Amino acid sequence: MLSHGMKQAGNISLHHLQGVILAVLNPWVAVGIVLLLAFFASYMNALSWADLTYVLPATSLGYVLLALVAKFALHEEVSPLRWLGIALISGGVGFVAGGPALTSHEHKPPPSREEREKDGAPTEEVVSGGVQR
Amino acid sequence: MKSAYTWGGILVIVFASVVGDILLARAMKQVGDVHALLCRAGVWTVVARILSNSNFFLGVGAMAVAFFSLLFALSWGDVSLVAPAAASLTFIGNAFAARIFLHEKVDRRRWIAAVLVAAGVALLAG
Repeated sequence: MLSHGMKQAGNISLHHLQGVILAVLNPWVAVGIVLLLAFFASYMNALSWADLTYVLPATSLGYVLLALVAKFALHEEVSPLRWLGIALISGGVGFVAGGPALTSHEHKPPPSREEREKDGAPTEEVVSGGVQR
Repeated sequence: MKSAYTWGGILVIVFASVVGDILLARAMKQVGDVHALLCRAGVWTVVARILSNSNFFLGVGAMAVAFFSLLFALSWGDVSLVAPAAASLTFIGNAFAARIFLHEKVDRRRWIAAVLVAAGVALLAG
């Protein structure tokens, strides 16, 4: 989408940087940026509960999806070597997905009452939850 | 000489990407499980926690360095070399760095996955 939008927006020279701002107003570029932000948010979310060596191979499924979209939506030619690449990535993701998501040794204690209060959680919940008692 | 510049650029991309990924992963582990935090304390607490984490900003900075290094490297070398080499070396580098700095248990299963994905990305992007 970004590529399509930037091709519509035309060349941008260093002397006319306002072209970049105008390019953002292009709907394709705007949707591309929103999708990139959505990717980043999802990536951050995944990293908060899973290992980096678990999340990274999973994100590489994007390459596979891209190749499949190129083949079936854009009717581009996908060479046998690229099909092999798709198979290798899928196999790699399958390997890592079969194992545990989190292996790091950091076992944090449950948050204290002060921490929960700082987070804005209602204190009644902490008291009635039975965790602290 | 141009090839040396290209490979130098690729190494800078890989180094900056690995540093960025490690810092972002560490930042999000410090923030904690986003979904649980979201249910417990709301979206603004999550945003505030992430934005008050210095590792997050260092990680984003390293990612920006990686992006601009990619642009430089692309001006020196072919995209068919720079893109797959940088992407696949980043996967391998991340497996090493996650083991050392994040103390993740990178077992045989994960090594095989890293090598398979790196090879696959090299074939797809090449």
